[in-house]
Amino acid sequence: MNGQSQTGTDTVKRGLAQMLKGGVIMDVVTPEQAKIAEEAGAVAVMALERIPADIRADGGVARMSHPALIERIMQAVSIPVMAKVRIGHIGEARQLQALGVDYIDESEVLTPADDMYHLEKAPFTVPFVCGARDLGEALRRIAEGAAMIRSKGEAGSGNIVEAVRHMRAIRDGIATLAAVPREELVARARDLGAPLELVRDVATNHKLPVVLFCAGGVSTPADAALMMELGAEGIFVGSGIFKSTGPAAFARAIVDATTHWQDADVVLRAHTSIPEDAKAMPGLDIRQLHESQLLATRGN
Amino acid sequence: MARSEAPVVGVLALQGDVVEHVRAFARAGATVVEVRTPADLARVDALVVPGGESTTVIRLLDRFGLTQPVRSRVAAGMPFWGTCMGMIVAAHDVAELAQPTLDLLDVTVRRNAFGRQVDSAEVPLAIPVLGAEPFPAVFIRAPWIERTGPGVETLARRDGRGVMVRQRNVLGTSFHPELTGDDRVHDYFLGMVRAARPAAASA
Repeated sequence: MNGQSQTGTDTVKRGLAQMLKGGVIMDVVTPEQAKIAEEAGAVAVMALERIPADIRADGGVARMSHPALIERIMQAVSIPVMAKVRIGHIGEARQLQALGVDYIDESEVLTPADDMYHLEKAPFTVPFVCGARDLGEALRRIAEGAAMIRSKGEAGSGNIVEAVRHMRAIRDGIATLAAVPREELVARARDLGAPLELVRDVATNHKLPVVLFCAGGVSTPADAALMMELGAEGIFVGSGIFKSTGPAAFARAIVDATTHWQDADVVLRAHTSIPEDAKAMPGLDIRQLHESQLLATRGN
Repeated sequence: MARSEAPVVGVLALQGDVVEHVRAFARAGATVVEVRTPADLARVDALVVPGGESTTVIRLLDRFGLTQPVRSRVAAGMPFWGTCMGMIVAAHDVAELAQPTLDLLDVTVRRNAFGRQVDSAEVPLAIPVLGAEPFPAVFIRAPWIERTGPGVETLARRDGRGVMVRQRNVLGTSFHPELTGDDRVHDYFLGMVRAARPAAASA
């Protein structure tokens, strides 16, 4: 006889992210795109009405996608399906849990519903992923119950510079905690704005207690390899696949580069496999964006 | 093939929870290496395919030239263990999906059979070959075994469905012992590796 089963534990919520490690999660807006992503070797898809580059171009309020669209994408593929809710929007999050999505992204790419507070995510059975720009922000999200963290980068920009900045900030924060004497940790926790028990955990284990992916600006195989080199355990590609002019080729090449990021020959072959006339998504210079156009500054 | 004293366990490192297996085998006293290429595979005495996404890994095995070498080594007696995704990859076929597999284990698996992520669960599982103490089994979007061929032994069941099977040198589990800190399944597999080693080394 087996004992009583328990759903929604930290182990199973964090565990799904562990299964996605070394993989690429791709934004898709139709079931057909989801199939292209799965065929290319994506480990999961993010189901959306509009990809970040279009959200950025369209302006206005970006909300959770229509559940019927998310459901059609769930039916189209066998890999996990994620979907986004606005920061702090418990109504949208409960809907997505009822729909049965595999992961919820409480995301700065959508227009925040709450400009002060994120969701308390621990009571949900479905796991959450959240963005972070530095270690303090990552640990605050984990304290709220996030089971996976992604660097924020600057979504829809096609520019890797912000993702690099955020991944370095998280990595440097971890390295600092690992190096300082134990008696400094209370003050370090105060400065980070993060709970002491999580700060102690990071100082002891030299890593976040959840899986860390990179997001926000990956658009080439080399970008993916760069972020893996900087310590990402996997890659989110938002607009980089379906805003390129050769989605299937880019999708497959970015998967190959993520798998074999340590082997420059494989990354080179992956890039070479993309036809020369297939163009990567257009990029934006972050320095020319107005403060109000930045997505990464949403949430804290 | 490895000739050192301690058996070398390879963990397929194309995608998935690789490091969790590496740590568990290191705790259990094995020498562990990550396997990404046919050259890596040639150096190991056994292969473990971790948890991950089966559609992704089956494509990557093919793209990086590992499909045939893995099949040949397992056919020649190399111990193999697949956890969750790894068991799907090893199966003869996948129920209701035209998904390619390595066909190392004569079973039909059903993917996501216990439900989507919201149904993922921790279950104290009775596994008689590991002793009386229930095993803390972690099921994540887990498959079950729908059909077993002759020569396949079912070692554990959940809700009447096979979730741990063995066919000679091939072991499959629907759940993730590498996430638990309980290394009894890793020890059981190392027992298979030690038992197989003299035959494999002289082959």
